[in-house]
Amino acid sequence: MNSIDTATTHGARDHARAQAAAAAERFSRSVPPGEPGVLWRETVEAGNYATRVLPRGARLTLRDPDGDTSVQLLVFNHHQRAERLNVPDTVKVQWQAYLGAGRLLLSDMGRVLMSFEADSSAGHDTFSAMSNRFWNDAKYGDGAVHGFAPNARDRFAVALAKEGLGRRDIGPSVNLFKPVFVEADGSFTWRGSTPQPGSEVVLRADMDVLVALTVTPHVLDPRTEYTVSPLEITAVTGVPAGADDPIRTATPEAQRAFENTEDWLLTRRGHAGEAGAR
Amino acid sequence: MSRSVRVVLDDTVEARAPWSHVVLTGQSLRIVDLEGNQAVDFLLYSAHDSVERYSAADTMTAQGNVYLTTGSVLRSNEGNPMMTLTGSTVERHDTVGGACSRESNSLRYGHHTNHQHACVDNFLHEHVRRDMGKRDMVPNINFFMNVPVEPDGSLGIVDGISAPGLYVELRAEMDVIVVVSNCPQINNPCNGFAPSPVRMIVTEPA
Repeated sequence: MNSIDTATTHGARDHARAQAAAAAERFSRSVPPGEPGVLWRETVEAGNYATRVLPRGARLTLRDPDGDTSVQLLVFNHHQRAERLNVPDTVKVQWQAYLGAGRLLLSDMGRVLMSFEADSSAGHDTFSAMSNRFWNDAKYGDGAVHGFAPNARDRFAVALAKEGLGRRDIGPSVNLFKPVFVEADGSFTWRGSTPQPGSEVVLRADMDVLVALTVTPHVLDPRTEYTVSPLEITAVTGVPAGADDPIRTATPEAQRAFENTEDWLLTRRGHAGEAGAR
Repeated sequence: MSRSVRVVLDDTVEARAPWSHVVLTGQSLRIVDLEGNQAVDFLLYSAHDSVERYSAADTMTAQGNVYLTTGSVLRSNEGNPMMTLTGSTVERHDTVGGACSRESNSLRYGHHTNHQHACVDNFLHEHVRRDMGKRDMVPNINFFMNVPVEPDGSLGIVDGISAPGLYVELRAEMDVIVVVSNCPQINNPCNGFAPSPVRMIVTEPA
C-alpha cells in the first residue's frame, strides 16, 4: 500500500478503503447473506475483547480452534444491568464449583442468565482472578492496555464503558477453557496446559443478556510469555428452554431459578404491553 | 492484644444486623465470635476510592489457596493489600460462598424463604448510607464459616469449626471501609441455625 499517496484526501480515502479488502478473510464480523438465524460471528485475537446483546433463546458457541484460548466471561441482564453474573451464587446454589454441560450461570437476583447446553472443553475455573495491571506487570513486565500483554480488567473497563458501564461493574468472571483444581487443603492445581483444539462451549441465553468477554492468558498460566490463542464466536437465534427442558428439570434449584426468571419475564411483558415479547 | 494498644472502638453487633466502620492504616480490627459458629459476612472498600474493593478472586489467586487463615493478605481488585489476617484462633475462613440473599435463598431452600432477612440486604443498607449501591456488591469473606471444596467439585456450607470466644484479627494496610453483615441465615448451619451477636474491637498502637 506504499504506492498509494496519502498526501491528499482522495489518496487517503483510497488507502483507507484498500485495507478492509486485504484483511477481509481474517476479520469477518459481518453475517454473510444466506445464513438465517446467525446473530454474531467474530474472531477475538489474543488480548482483545468483545461485547454483544443476545436475545433470550440465542445459542452462543465459543470455540477454541487452536486449543489454547482463555476466556474471561461476564454476563448482565440486558434490561437492568445492575443484575449480573454472581459467581458465588452460581457455585453455591448448584453445590458445584466445576462448570460444564447442564450447569447454569446465575444472576445475583436468583435468576438464570445462561446455561451450558454443551461443553467439549477440558473444564473451567470459578475461583481465580481475571488478570489486571498488577498481575501482568509482575508476570510479563508490562500489563498496559496498549502494550503487548493487555490485562483483562482494563480491557473490560473499556468494553463495558461502551455499554454505559464502569469499573464498578467489573465483577469476578468465570474463566473458560482453563481448568483449575482445588486440592483437599484448598490449594490450586493448574490443569490448563493440555491443548484442546476444536473444543467448544455452547451457552443458551435464558433471558436477554449482555455478554462481555476478554481473551487473555489465565492468571495461573505458568508460561511467562503472553500466550493465548484466538476465540471463535458464533451466536444463532434459538428456542428458549421449555417446561421439560433437561437442564431446568435436573435439580430443584435449577427449577426454581427458571421459575424466578419466568416470573420476572411475565412482569416485564405486562409492563411493556408486548404480547409474546421476550 | 498482648502488645500495648489503645482501644478506638468496641462495638457489639446484634444478631442479624448490618455494621460498617472506617479502619485506618495501621489500626487493627478483632472480630469475636461470641457464642460460636456465627458467620460474619465481610467486605472492604478503599476509604478514598470505593471502586477499589476487596476481591476474593485476587486474594485466593495471590495466595494460591481458597481458604483464609493467619497470614492471608486480603487484596483489592487492583491487587493491592487492604488488610492482613494477623491472627485467627479458628483454623480457616471462607471466601468462596458469597453472601446469602433473599433471591438465592429462594433457589436454595424454596420460594417460601424469599421474605427472610439476608446478608445482601444488610450490605445494601450500609452501601446506600455510604453512597454506594448494588453495583458495589462483590463476593465477600465469611469469617467463621466452613465451606469445603471436594475433589469432584462439590462444595457447600457445612457445620462450623468455630466456638464461643474464638476470634480473627486484621490489620489495615490502607484506609478501608469495613462493611459487615452479621449473617441472619436460618436455613443452613453457617450460624448454627441460631444467629448470634459478634463483637468488633478496633485498636491502634498506643
